[in-house]
Amino acid sequence: MATPLIEISGLRKSFGGHGVLNGISLQVMRGQVLALIGPSGSGKSTLLRCINLLTVPDAGRITVGDQTIDFDGRRTALPNDRRLARFRASTGMVFQHFNLFSHMTALQNVMEGPLTVLRTPKAQAAAEARALLDKVGLLERADFYPDKLSGGQKQRVAIARALAMRPGVMLFDEATSALDPELVDEVLRVIRGLAGEGMTMILVTHEIGFARDVADEVIFMRDGVVAESGPPSRVIDQPQNEATRAFLGRFNAGAGSRVA
Amino acid sequence: MYHWDFGILWTYRTLLIAGLAYTLLFTMICVVLGLLIGLVTGVGRLSKHRFVSVPLRAYVEVFRCTPVLVQLVWFYYALPVLSGVQISAVTAATLCLSLYGGAFYSEIIRGGIISSDSGQIEAARALGMRGHQILRRIVLPQALKRMVPPLMSQSIMQLKNTSLLSVLAVPDLLYQGQVIAHETYRPLELYTFIAVAYFAVLLPVTMWAKRLEFSAPVSEA
Repeated sequence: MATPLIEISGLRKSFGGHGVLNGISLQVMRGQVLALIGPSGSGKSTLLRCINLLTVPDAGRITVGDQTIDFDGRRTALPNDRRLARFRASTGMVFQHFNLFSHMTALQNVMEGPLTVLRTPKAQAAAEARALLDKVGLLERADFYPDKLSGGQKQRVAIARALAMRPGVMLFDEATSALDPELVDEVLRVIRGLAGEGMTMILVTHEIGFARDVADEVIFMRDGVVAESGPPSRVIDQPQNEATRAFLGRFNAGAGSRVA
Repeated sequence: MYHWDFGILWTYRTLLIAGLAYTLLFTMICVVLGLLIGLVTGVGRLSKHRFVSVPLRAYVEVFRCTPVLVQLVWFYYALPVLSGVQISAVTAATLCLSLYGGAFYSEIIRGGIISSDSGQIEAARALGMRGHQILRRIVLPQALKRMVPPLMSQSIMQLKNTSLLSVLAVPDLLYQGQVIAHETYRPLELYTFIAVAYFAVLLPVTMWAKRLEFSAPVSEA
């Protein structure tokens, strides 16, 4: 059996005495797509943010590729700025609100990571950035500033920006939640394309239908623990857990009313 | 009916020009020193260490909450007594106006930095950028654009504040005008000229500042 690309064990995090993650363990194999679903406040976004240490866990262990960090609740457990940056550079993160650099064009946004972090020569970074913008279908928008792009276009630039670092894993934090309904599909298409190329991904999503199509594994989270996990055919179509059933029932009702 | 005689200005032109040059030079020195003090103070006030941020806050509040004329007089008359070091009027005025400007500049700079979009900072961290890289590449370029208009208007205030130097007998434009007025009994002509001179210097500057404001919009992503 191959070793997992991502391994998390015993992860805990609380904010002001409130336990948001209460002992999470999971594994993601190379090339696998994991979808994290669950009600708001279940800790799925916090879990995702812990994987690239934007949020620092209180306890547990995180391994991404060949880098492992243990947490024991003390601030000193946090690696220094240099090592932290190296750790983060190996994961690509896509945010709900895009978070594009507003003083840079789409092309400059995509070039920024390679230029500053990887010290890629400018001409090479530009060529690679153009190729990535082409891949997400936005080459003709390369010289546009973010405020001249639609939400869906911004998110596709943000995906290209994350890909430019050649990350081993892509993390999507509700990447389509802030989009108008008609702009969701263009972003999902790009994510689906990445899955087809064998990119390892973790998706926090409310798009249950999309999770069923794309994910190899689905984790249903509730109150900071993994309530149920398994292939989508089981977790989404035949949930065993009472809470999962209740959550998905509400989703199905919601989806039905949206179609109607 | 008062008989205007602006010919008097021509007679004293060298003194007036010297006064104006002094005002401009003094403004430049105080703006540059003030910006340096403001930058250090503004960034320092964001420090996590209270023994850095609290004294800086005290400095800013003292200078923001007392009139600059009172400060000037205090620096010239009281500081030498307290410190035991005799300082010239020019030194006292430079020190005072630079610190006064620095207090206001620091608030502008601090505000520009803290109003940065936390989402963009997070995105930069997620790319693996380090703290100093984020400050230089993401935070400051956007903050500077936001800061330029208020920094300009504060600098315009600085130029006008140099007129207060005349109370310490520093030979700026206003002081020279007062001296000439006393000699010639022509205060109306001189004060009119002084007002026009300030206006002529500052109007182009404010118009330029206005253009900067419109040409450098900071949009949100």
